[in-house]
Amino acid sequence: MIRRLTSIMRKEAIHIVRDRRTLALSFVMPIVMLLLLGYAANTDVRNISLVVVDQDRSPASRALLDAFRAADYFRVDFMVDSEARIEELIGQGAAKAGLIVPPGYGEQLVAGRSAQVGFVLDGSDPIVAQNALASAKLIGQAKATEIAIERLAARGQGSQFVSPIDVSTQVWYNPDLVSAYYMVPALIGIILLFQSLILTSTAIVRERERGTIEQLIVTPIRAGELVVGKIAPYVIIAFVNIIEVLIVGALLFRVPMNGSVLLLLALAALFMITTLGIGLLISTIARTQQEAMITAIFYLLPNIFLAGFFFPIAAMPPILQLISYFFPLRYFLIIVRGIVLKGVGIEALWPEVIGLTIFGLVVVTAASRRFRKSLD
Amino acid sequence: MSPDAVVAVHELSKSFGDFVAVDAVSFDVQRGEVVGYLGPNGSGKTTTMRMLLGLLRPTSGSATVLGLDVVRDAERIRPQVGYMSQRFALYEDLTVAENLRFYGGVYGLDNARLAERMEAMLELIELQDQRNERAGELAGGWRQRLALAIALIHEPELMFLDEPTSGVDPEARRAFWDVIYTLAEQGRTIVVSTHYMDEAEHCGRLAILDQGRLLAMDTPTALKRDVVHGDAWEIVPPPDASPGPVLDSLVRLPGVLRVETLGDSLHAIVEPGAYQAESLADALAGYPGVRVEPAEISLDDVFSILVSGGHRR
Repeated sequence: MIRRLTSIMRKEAIHIVRDRRTLALSFVMPIVMLLLLGYAANTDVRNISLVVVDQDRSPASRALLDAFRAADYFRVDFMVDSEARIEELIGQGAAKAGLIVPPGYGEQLVAGRSAQVGFVLDGSDPIVAQNALASAKLIGQAKATEIAIERLAARGQGSQFVSPIDVSTQVWYNPDLVSAYYMVPALIGIILLFQSLILTSTAIVRERERGTIEQLIVTPIRAGELVVGKIAPYVIIAFVNIIEVLIVGALLFRVPMNGSVLLLLALAALFMITTLGIGLLISTIARTQQEAMITAIFYLLPNIFLAGFFFPIAAMPPILQLISYFFPLRYFLIIVRGIVLKGVGIEALWPEVIGLTIFGLVVVTAASRRFRKSLD
Repeated sequence: MSPDAVVAVHELSKSFGDFVAVDAVSFDVQRGEVVGYLGPNGSGKTTTMRMLLGLLRPTSGSATVLGLDVVRDAERIRPQVGYMSQRFALYEDLTVAENLRFYGGVYGLDNARLAERMEAMLELIELQDQRNERAGELAGGWRQRLALAIALIHEPELMFLDEPTSGVDPEARRAFWDVIYTLAEQGRTIVVSTHYMDEAEHCGRLAILDQGRLLAMDTPTALKRDVVHGDAWEIVPPPDASPGPVLDSLVRLPGVLRVETLGDSLHAIVEPGAYQAESLADALAGYPGVRVEPAEISLDDVFSILVSGGHRR
């Protein structure tokens, strides 16, 4: 049995090594994806292009603009004269937000009354808009508080100002809220999923297309030996990929590794049993390599959207939350983020480990059932 | 079924939907025989072999190979038989030696035995010098021999070769049959399918198939004697005449059962004793210079007469 298994493994390894493109794909693709997604999948919105109409031109209005400039969230790109011009610039996409300081803003403040400023926002990109809105409000409130304190001080009560509520915030695990810390570990899950699905979904169907499956079936090899022998070399590649992502992630994106690498590798292996099982299942069903590829891609796409890679599962409608349980990536993303960012151990990850185990058992059983040693 | 039968097939059928690929076929193969499976494409040769190897499930009927049932005991049959499929099952990106080593390993040969078998196989197919060449770079004839060596790596006593010479040049075909003889001399039983009549002549016994049915099975000599009731003549038209008109005249003659063009000459089967060389030449007197010579009954005659359902009268 060992001899048959090692023969299959050696043969698959030779296929991989001889096929330069597959080899390059196996080791380079994760890095390329890491670079692309690490930089692109960035939800930290900074330097939002701002257009300003200052119709007041008072020291007070300049102070407000300075407050906007001081925060990294906005970059004052345009100073214009009319509101119509703001509409134009935002419409063209040259600016994302506009600040309107009406005439008399400074006077109102000096008079101790409430002054109004306008803030308009391009809401077509909700992520940018939400950040901009929150930032604008924060800046406005901070400025308002400052002015309130100044007024109290002017009345000689400055030192007596006490904010009625002081929310003491503490952000754990990712104190600077860097989105790369959240995305890069998750990328390990995406890369493992892509690699194992794309590489294994063609594994059996390729033998079928080449006509070698017939010769394999007439040998005493067992379905299980063939399946395990075929996926083993890919598991090794996948482990190299995990290490690659962790190292590049740490060097380039400063992603910390707070948990146990060994635990991560062990649970990654569990995750891969499910994804390789799905790949093989596709391979036993598809009749051509092309069909296998297309099926794999169709399975991959909803994974990215429904498993919590980009969009939080908690924000999905209940039906989609339910569907997300059918994507093993969902469990692994919780595991990998938990280990890398929070440094948690297996005791915190039991539900996910059990979910993956059940999933793995089901798909691997289905794949070996489907692969009978027969041509019918 | 005789006690020495290594293959015993009883009323074996296989349908794919409405299409009957193999229709109630029965035959035995004895130990040490070289049995040819002769028939055109689609006659059921490959389907029969695949059922005997447990690759396809029979629709009805039964078969045993080496005394084991092909449906229940397929896994026990497989280590003892060799199979060369129509598409040479080589991994083109692996070298000659790697292909052999892989299949040897899959059959569970230990290292010492594997090394010994690999050398023996490379010697048999005369590929010692190309052992490190990629299988995909070999010429057709060599690929075919490598496919045979792969089927032989575990020293099976019974071999199924499915159209092993398809798509190979005549010289390579002859060389391949030399190897088959060598294997037969070693006492192996060989079932080989072909659609080449000249190859069929080399077989100990021949099974003739058409449209899924087994029409006859016997030695080539017995088939010619028993199937074809008639005399064979070779008719050589005059050098300046084309064989076409002569053929037209021939088929209209009384007692002529079958005429076939063989290159520039014609091959005819006539009712026994219907003609002598002179009388047949006289009957073709409209073509001065025509020559008539006695000929041998061929397997083509056997095949076409069997397929047309016996002699047309």
